[in-house]
Amino acid sequence: MSTLQLKESKVLNVQFVGDDNVLNHIFDREGGTKLKKEKAQLLVNPQKIIKKPVCESEKNDQEVLKDQNYVEVLGRNIQDSLKNGSAVDGGNKVYSFQQRKHSEEMAKLALELAKTARKVVPLDSKADPETKKKVTRKGKGHSTSEKVQPENNNKAECLSAPPRSLRKRIIVPVSHCDSESEYSASNSEDDEEAARDDEDADVVVLSQKSRAQSRVLPAPVSKGTPLKKMKRDKASDLVEEYFEAHSSSKVLTSDRTLQKLKRAKMDQKMLRNLLSKFSPSFSAEIEQLNQQHEKLFRKWMLQLHLGFNIVLYGLGSKRDLLEKFRATMLQGSVHVVINGFFPGISVKSILNSITEDVLNHMGTFQSVLDQRDWIINKFKEDSSLELFLLIHNLDSQMLRGDNSQQILGQLSSLHNVYLIASVDHLHAPLMWDHAKQSLYNWLWYETTTYSPYTEETSYENSLLVKQSGSLPLSSLIHVLRSLTPNARGIFRLLIKFQLDNQDSPSYIGLSFQDFYQQCREAFLVNSDLTLRAQLTEFRDHKLIKTKKGTDGVEYLLIPVDSRTLADFLEKEEEEAS
Amino acid sequence: MATSSVSKGCFVFKPDIKKRKISVPIEDYFNNENLESEDSKLRFETYHLLWQRMKSETEQLQEELNKNLFDNLVDFLQKSHSDFQKNSSNWGCQMKFREIPTAALILGVNVTDHDLIFKSLTETLQNNVTPYVVSLQAKDCPDVKHFLQKLTSQLMDCCVDGKSKEVKSVKTPKKTNYSMDSLSSWYMTVTQATCPKMTIKKRTTSSQWQSPPVVLILKNMESFSTKVLQDFIIISSQHLHEFPLILIFGIATSPVIIHRLLPHAVSSLLCIELFQSLSCKEHLTVILDKLLLTAQFPFKISKKALQVLTNIFLYHDFSIQNFIKGLKLSLLEHFYLQPLSVLCCDLPEAKKRIKFFSVNQCENIRRLPSFRRYVENQASRKQVTLLTNETVLKEETQLLLENLHVYHMNYFLVLRCLHNFTSCLPKYPLGRQIRELYCTCLEKNIWDSEEYASALQLLRMLAKDELMSILEKCSEVLQSSTEKHLDSTTQKVKDFLTQFQNLDADSKEEEDACGSQSKGLQKTDLYHLQKSLLEMKELRRTTKKQTKFEMLRENVVNFLDNLVRVYLLPPESQPLYEVVYFSAAHTLREHLNAAPRVALHTALNNPYYYLKNETLKSEEGCISNIAPDVCIAYKLHLECSRLINLVDWSEAFATVVTAAEKVDANSTTSEEMNEIIHARFIRAVSELELLGFIKPTKQKTDHVARLTWGGC
Repeated sequence: MSTLQLKESKVLNVQFVGDDNVLNHIFDREGGTKLKKEKAQLLVNPQKIIKKPVCESEKNDQEVLKDQNYVEVLGRNIQDSLKNGSAVDGGNKVYSFQQRKHSEEMAKLALELAKTARKVVPLDSKADPETKKKVTRKGKGHSTSEKVQPENNNKAECLSAPPRSLRKRIIVPVSHCDSESEYSASNSEDDEEAARDDEDADVVVLSQKSRAQSRVLPAPVSKGTPLKKMKRDKASDLVEEYFEAHSSSKVLTSDRTLQKLKRAKMDQKMLRNLLSKFSPSFSAEIEQLNQQHEKLFRKWMLQLHLGFNIVLYGLGSKRDLLEKFRATMLQGSVHVVINGFFPGISVKSILNSITEDVLNHMGTFQSVLDQRDWIINKFKEDSSLELFLLIHNLDSQMLRGDNSQQILGQLSSLHNVYLIASVDHLHAPLMWDHAKQSLYNWLWYETTTYSPYTEETSYENSLLVKQSGSLPLSSLIHVLRSLTPNARGIFRLLIKFQLDNQDSPSYIGLSFQDFYQQCREAFLVNSDLTLRAQLTEFRDHKLIKTKKGTDGVEYLLIPVDSRTLADFLEKEEEEAS
Repeated sequence: MATSSVSKGCFVFKPDIKKRKISVPIEDYFNNENLESEDSKLRFETYHLLWQRMKSETEQLQEELNKNLFDNLVDFLQKSHSDFQKNSSNWGCQMKFREIPTAALILGVNVTDHDLIFKSLTETLQNNVTPYVVSLQAKDCPDVKHFLQKLTSQLMDCCVDGKSKEVKSVKTPKKTNYSMDSLSSWYMTVTQATCPKMTIKKRTTSSQWQSPPVVLILKNMESFSTKVLQDFIIISSQHLHEFPLILIFGIATSPVIIHRLLPHAVSSLLCIELFQSLSCKEHLTVILDKLLLTAQFPFKISKKALQVLTNIFLYHDFSIQNFIKGLKLSLLEHFYLQPLSVLCCDLPEAKKRIKFFSVNQCENIRRLPSFRRYVENQASRKQVTLLTNETVLKEETQLLLENLHVYHMNYFLVLRCLHNFTSCLPKYPLGRQIRELYCTCLEKNIWDSEEYASALQLLRMLAKDELMSILEKCSEVLQSSTEKHLDSTTQKVKDFLTQFQNLDADSKEEEDACGSQSKGLQKTDLYHLQKSLLEMKELRRTTKKQTKFEMLRENVVNFLDNLVRVYLLPPESQPLYEVVYFSAAHTLREHLNAAPRVALHTALNNPYYYLKNETLKSEEGCISNIAPDVCIAYKLHLECSRLINLVDWSEAFATVVTAAEKVDANSTTSEEMNEIIHARFIRAVSELELLGFIKPTKQKTDHVARLTWGGC
């Protein structure tokens, strides 16, 4: 502890000040003797505090206090560490690492942004890590009394140049803060816990908080340690900062969830409909950008032919651009378009389409590597063959693996295979080491288009987009309509069984024997041969998957998520009734 | 045909056979629309020819550079294998018998160049030592089984190459078991079968090799897993007597890695000899020397472009291949961008081409800044004729081109001489490598630079033997050129050399004189000594007589200075230099050393940079609220720490966007508006996810994790 303190005498130490502490200050201020009563009141309140922090004036007060502390702690620092003019303003935004505060800040920032079109958001990304660091420091909560001291210490400086929006809030509680600050000391740890537990259940929080509160009262009022120097070493190691920012798993954000928002999740179709109503701005400028890029088409062709491969990068979907390139330049030549963003894409399927459709080879291959070697030989033997590969999103989830990149690189290094690809991911270049880069022989072209990634993101499992599952559902229905009633019955049996077992994590499928038994009992089949015949049909339509279990028994599984299955059953029943 | 589908990701397009026939020849793409130049085809051909010449030159160089190394390697292989063949009963030999001969080839970190080296090495070995050369990569051998499998199949392939297809029948059974046993038995059958054949063919090696060794090349040994290597070495050492294996390790880092990868028990089974390849920096020097620092190729690179290329080499990959690629790109860009690059060919050809120049092309010449400068310096009457009369212009251009050619010839000779002088100076004021010197010379008048002054000062202090050796080198350089432009200079250097040699005789006399004087100084007391010393000092100061050597040295340095001032003019001073110098360094950097992350950040952070709309203009680090959705979402997300609450984010986004909308339309927010805004937010978020700034997380409901730290 002593060493720690020693260390902290040099480094700024900030402790977390939770709601409870803040409440304490307030209530204490209002009447030190009434503490107990206030505590009781507190116990009633937390729910509200958590859910709607701003709705009541009283709570606004709490917010103000909290604000003040943060301003004090951080404002100084930021003024210290940032030399540019926007320090104060930037600081204003950067304190906002706290839960509710944070959202407020973001909202506030948004409001400010909104006020005038010309209004600008000064941002200082540099300040960000700093804040994060402080968050984590608070999280540790190991020292006791010096926690709030620095804040008091710095009040003066902060007040001298407070952010405009915060000035009012700061002025109010100044007088009290000094005397009460010690109380927050031993408490902060519990607060942290509470904050963490918030996520899980409010009930827990309640009890936690009450416990914390009860402990506050007898908390030893430690003598204020010597005032901490706020001066931070500006040249503090960036690396250290990073790890400190990431050392704690706790990050404080608000607990609001989308469910509480009345807006329902929308599905892909709805999303598209809505977006089509919105006309994008700056279409003229974007058009101009695109025209600039289109001028490069001939040069690309030239460079492709001279043994380079071309990779496009920059913000915005490059799909339309490449499509245009394809339409204008590649009409007379054999080319393969590969949608890297397609979730089912794999090197295997790419190689297959080359061998089967381009080279008209009907044989099969032992492995992908064999196939690759075969293709490479084929292209080397016959120099009149030419192939253009257009890969949208070469850096997609499915293709970014080392092996895939190696194979594609080897293909592209052939002198009669021309590759033009686009990458979007921030870290896309990290896919390639020197060896691969020399295989690809890239020429980089920046093509910032600002066009929306409509196609690319439509397969993505976005958080906000409902997994509609409409596709598998319709295909299920479609396939099953074509089957005999018996087959449908068999399939329904399997669905029911899978739905019944959907919660068990160890469910690997229905064993064939059991299935056969059930089918027999339902008078759907009379021999296991007929069942097998049906299953083959399902398998051909990719409706079921079979897996050998550890005991060698065959297990049947429908590779469709359970919600879709439930929907399907529902529909079936509707139709039946 | 559409290229988006929910069921597949690959779309093959095959045009009809008829359509396919009319494919466009490459040179048609060479037509740069901005230039409206008619001779694009000719330019492309020139480019192609020049590039082929440069490429074959580099390949030849590479071969020469590797030759020494390969010779050593082949010697080693032959020696170690003949030891093996003697099969003596000597105890020492028996011990050695257990050791696998191994060549550790240290190739340096430029992994990209290794493939070429290995390729030519394989060829050399196959021609000189043994038909059985196999090279393996770590990727193919995750375990010993795959290792042996690869080894076997490649060996069989070697065999198929050597013999006809009769071996194919042998191929089928091997699929099942791969072991050292099967390998060695295969080896026995193959060698016995081929032996008679070989003698018939009278191959040079056949008499020596009753059984040729099997050479296994492990490319990039560091990436092999230790277990596989160890197992393989132990196994094969057991079979060495029937399967004469020789290993070649390709090592990128340092020879220590062998001992780090292999424990003593294993490495003691190897008889390792080290081979060092030429370092890539020396390689680069040679390439620059032969491609750019010569008048042989008309194409030249400006200082900035050269710096970009060397920087990529020195700070990124040390790859000769990439350097050559950069060279190729600059050549291509030069011919693509410069309409007059059609003259960038050998002098006689260029002169011929000028004769057929169109009016347009003549206009292009007149537009060249360097030509305009030249015209301005002419007499007024000549100015008029140059600007109006085409035949005069053509003649003048021919003359200028010839001058340019001569300029380059002299330039490189003098540059080399200067480099000879400066490369031996302490602290290398003008750079250790000739490319550094070249860069400074390209940039400006070198004699104006401080470094040059200090270098001259240092030269004035050189000793005689150093000076002489330098002069000798210079005279060699000067004599090496076949052209006679610098004849007088060569003669002068030779004169200097003879003068220095004559100095020897003269200096002896001087020494004698000194000796006699020193004798006079003997046997005096302190007072007199002091006095006489003072006198001597006085004497020296008044006469300030330099020795002959010092005078000569001064002359040499002045001569050099003179040479530099006359011949090392920066290329910008030469009329028509644009024809041969490629100067668009930025395109090189853009295409070879791109910064996609910076581009992404700029696009998100400062859309005005791309979308030149005044409403988007904003201060540093700020963004206008009508910016594209992604930009706003990005800005807001920069505010957050590691986790971002989607609700807060969407609300903030909505606030910004609705405000911007209101400015536009003054409408009240309807429910539909909100929906649309929400949809836009969803799109922005999923775009940021695609770009890799955020990812969904399960740490907390409805949160996303931020993947960048700080401001990109």
